[in-house]
Amino acid sequence: MARQYETVIGLEVHIELSTETKIFCGCSAKFGGAPNTHTCPVCTGMPGSLPVLNEKVVEYALRLGLAANCKINQYCRFDRKNYFYPDNPQNYQISQLYLPICYDGYLDIPAAGGTKRIRIHEMHMEEDAGKLLHDEWEDCSLVDYNRSGVPLVEIVSEPDMRTAEEVIAYLEKLRMVCRYLEISDCKLQEGSMRVDVNLSVREAGSSELGVRTEMKNLNSFKAIAHAIEGERERQTELLEEGRKVVQETRRWDDNKETSFAMRSKEDAKDYRYFPDPDLPPVLISRDMIRELRGRQPEFKEERARRYQEEYKLPAYDAGLLTQSKRLADIFEDTAKLSGHPKKTANWLMGEGLRILKEKGMEPEELTFTPRHLADLIQAAERGEISQKNARTVFEQIVESDIEPLAYMKEQGLMTVSDSDAVHTAIEEVLAENQKAVEEYRSGKEKVLGFLVGQVMRKMKGKADPGKVNELLDEALRKQPHMFLMKGVQEESNRRKTDDA
Amino acid sequence: MDSRRIDDHTMENVEILAKLSLSPQEREAAREKMEEILAYVDKLNELDTDNVEPLVHISEAGNVFRKDVATNGDGQRDALANAPRKKEGQYLVPKTV
Amino acid sequence: MEDLLRMPARELGRKIREGELKAPDVAGCYLERIRKAEPHIHAFISVDEGKAAARAKEVEEGIREGRYRGPLAGVPVAVKDNICTKGIRTTCGSRMLENFVPSYDAEVVSRMERQGMILLGKTNMDEFAMGSTTETSVFETTVNPWNKRHVPGGSSGGSCAAVASGEVPLALGSDTGGSIRQPAAYCGVCGLKPTYGTVSRYGLIAYASSLDQIGPVGRTVDDCAVLYEAIAGTDEKDSTSTGTGGGRCSEDVFLTEPGCLKGMRIGIPREYLSDGIDEEVKNAITDAVRLMEANGADAEYFSLEMAEYAIPAYYIIACAEASSNLERFDGVKYGYRSRADAELHEMYKKSRQEGFGEEVKRRILLGSFVLSSGYYDAYYLKALKAKALMKEAFDRAFEKYDCIVAPASPTTAPEVGTSLSDPLKMYLSDIYTVSVNLCGLPAVSLPCAVDSRGLPVGMQFIGARFQDRKVLRTAAVYEQLRGTFPAAWEKEGM
Repeated sequence: MARQYETVIGLEVHIELSTETKIFCGCSAKFGGAPNTHTCPVCTGMPGSLPVLNEKVVEYALRLGLAANCKINQYCRFDRKNYFYPDNPQNYQISQLYLPICYDGYLDIPAAGGTKRIRIHEMHMEEDAGKLLHDEWEDCSLVDYNRSGVPLVEIVSEPDMRTAEEVIAYLEKLRMVCRYLEISDCKLQEGSMRVDVNLSVREAGSSELGVRTEMKNLNSFKAIAHAIEGERERQTELLEEGRKVVQETRRWDDNKETSFAMRSKEDAKDYRYFPDPDLPPVLISRDMIRELRGRQPEFKEERARRYQEEYKLPAYDAGLLTQSKRLADIFEDTAKLSGHPKKTANWLMGEGLRILKEKGMEPEELTFTPRHLADLIQAAERGEISQKNARTVFEQIVESDIEPLAYMKEQGLMTVSDSDAVHTAIEEVLAENQKAVEEYRSGKEKVLGFLVGQVMRKMKGKADPGKVNELLDEALRKQPHMFLMKGVQEESNRRKTDDA
Repeated sequence: MDSRRIDDHTMENVEILAKLSLSPQEREAAREKMEEILAYVDKLNELDTDNVEPLVHISEAGNVFRKDVATNGDGQRDALANAPRKKEGQYLVPKTV
Repeated sequence: MEDLLRMPARELGRKIREGELKAPDVAGCYLERIRKAEPHIHAFISVDEGKAAARAKEVEEGIREGRYRGPLAGVPVAVKDNICTKGIRTTCGSRMLENFVPSYDAEVVSRMERQGMILLGKTNMDEFAMGSTTETSVFETTVNPWNKRHVPGGSSGGSCAAVASGEVPLALGSDTGGSIRQPAAYCGVCGLKPTYGTVSRYGLIAYASSLDQIGPVGRTVDDCAVLYEAIAGTDEKDSTSTGTGGGRCSEDVFLTEPGCLKGMRIGIPREYLSDGIDEEVKNAITDAVRLMEANGADAEYFSLEMAEYAIPAYYIIACAEASSNLERFDGVKYGYRSRADAELHEMYKKSRQEGFGEEVKRRILLGSFVLSSGYYDAYYLKALKAKALMKEAFDRAFEKYDCIVAPASPTTAPEVGTSLSDPLKMYLSDIYTVSVNLCGLPAVSLPCAVDSRGLPVGMQFIGARFQDRKVLRTAAVYEQLRGTFPAAWEKEGM
């Protein structure tokens, strides 16, 4: 029988903090800008420059630590990690090794049959590196320090994950927590969330860890899943053949869908960490921790519970809407403004999620004004717009945050409230569809739907279908002859006379 | 002197870490002086430091933070003013990949 | 003119402020002195006469318009070449930074600028402040103004020689293990190594960040005091800046009567007067102590624990930090880049190999070694523990004494060319100065005698942290008892 293997995975996740400025200088931390424009002597490693810590970075790191149930090092310090590379202007990175700000935490992730606890070993603050661009023309590289010194928090998990699904659930959870805290936008593609996967394989039942490799350059959940699968297979094969796994760093190639070992004699992997003498220790008081705890936002679970109570949402709806803080915020604002929480939930979960999926967007990218959706919901409730047209307007709201009432008028999407027009349309439809009318009268009530459709078509959709239904039903029941065309009317009269 | 404190492998490793390429003569001279100095600093081993906390910062006067407010403008010109080689607003280095 | 060159800085400033002297005339006088002395002394790496003259004119107007009111407005100054000056080449005495022109001023330079001081030039130094003789500079060899066959000391040898030869009334140096106090002693001038944190390091090209401190050099204690006041204070750009611990050295503090020594408790570490010290130096110190005792001081010889561990701990910590601080010199952003434009790591190695001198490379190698995997605990951590014990030893000493008096160096200035061949011996000569840096203490060095070869002997007053003013005051009282010390350039008749 073939041996059974178990995959053991731990993650090192870098989160780029969304502060105004860099971690150690007053340069903008905003994305973009011409090369080296967001720079100063500090973040370009000029001789004589000195770092000064951005207080917001400490606050954000602490808030993430608290949210992930970590202990806090009330005396923490920065260390220098020494290695030569051109994206690192000082050739040392200011990071934390000996006394990181947070340690011993956990996040619970959804798993088969409930939740699974993923332990967090530690979290620390550090500075980001600059950007390297390869210049094919001159066969050289170009260095831009705009990102140099942008604040990062690195979250190191314990090797508690076993599958790609668990890894992705953990990352989604971490990302959601960061977004609820509003400390990072956590975009893998843009590099504001970066994931290194440490993976080893061992025989099932063994308590010892196998030799692990570290995979870098994973820019999407898909890449992460594929890289894990590929590496699991590679290591298993090696073990099956009786060979050894080499501890190494491997780089994922998204195009080739495989990873390659990164080896160099010059990468001595001896970072000579030592306390940075330029930065005094950070002292975190109990008061500071208490104050930050008090300011923590309402996270998903709490919010979902509240939505069930306050807005009477079904548990499913509350759970789905609070997956994303942005979606939850939009829901809550819109529900309050419109006075129709369930309708709001339906719009967001139905149409909203459909549009996002179609456009390949994340809920976080929704930017429309809740007032606009509330206006649309109210208009629909008043019967001023048909469901079909409302969907069109909603798409426009999502896409360009249009003002729905103005847009409806401008595009002629309002329901015609003038009942004469509806009556005329009904009159015409009944006249044109005598056969259907007859059938209806003989008891085939299903035909009503067809007739409503015909009236709506005549009205070019600008009538409230409910209203049409009601009027049509009334017309057919109470005054069967009233709407008939002249000729038909005469014939009918004649019949009546005959009957007499 | 007893067995060499800095063997060839260690010396090679230290050169890689320090990013220095010494000539064979320089290497021997440097190694000799380093060993002499290391032998001297071994004096510290006379000290019993078992219960001593290492002292990093001589004064720990409390937190030193800056506000998260942008104070710097466009630094490109100054950043590149002394660059040995540059191109299109960037530092030019031998290829890294 | 001779009067002007001999005038104390505070008096020079007052006369300029009161209009008795004009800043351009004073600057012109010193520039002329530089022209005359430099061909022999080689204290400067760069002097920009045109810039200095224009600045003097601007300052003169500024004083008349009330823009510059400080006690040193219009007074010339020289700055060690590891302190960044915007638009003026700052070399650290190294080929690596031969053409480096900073885009910003060090905080101390900005402070002097705001006070209306006039920068005359940048002074020579041991490469990256690593050395005790100023001979490791790649530019030139500065000589001792007392005897040109001798070194001025180092690493702030240029600043001390410039003051000693009358080329400037004041200068800035930096002191990591004695680099202000030892050359001040060799050159017969006064230098202060302030309490760590009292003077901003922003813009000082780091050698060992936890030990480096900028300080003043002048002909007298009061010269140092007035320049110290101009540069000290909290700087939000330097996270290790602590402020001066309150108060200012007002003028009257330095007009103290010798009677002030009455009841002052002075401790002299026995360890500093034992092995390896030159007999003449030892006698000069004991004579000075007797002089203070005769004037009411309560002097006592005591055993300073840990004294013998200062040098090993210092060299481990200093080299470790230096190896990291000097990593940024890689040929990418500034500084020397090897022409052999090879593969990336080859470029790094060649640039650093060609750009750094022997002593700098030795300290980088040593520092990389003591931090490397497997050696960190044995060397670096051990040194930090020794440092903790040393701090405790000084804390205990300062419970008993107001001030510690010690020699600045075991010998007077050695001859040029006799020190570099034996680095360990050179390191050992820092024995009386390095513990002050390890413990972040303030210390003043000033001359107390001239030896039989005609070279000055220096003495230190060491105080507890933030007692810079007390140390200066005590030294000033001693200075008054000692009497006027001759100027090198007067002796030489240069």
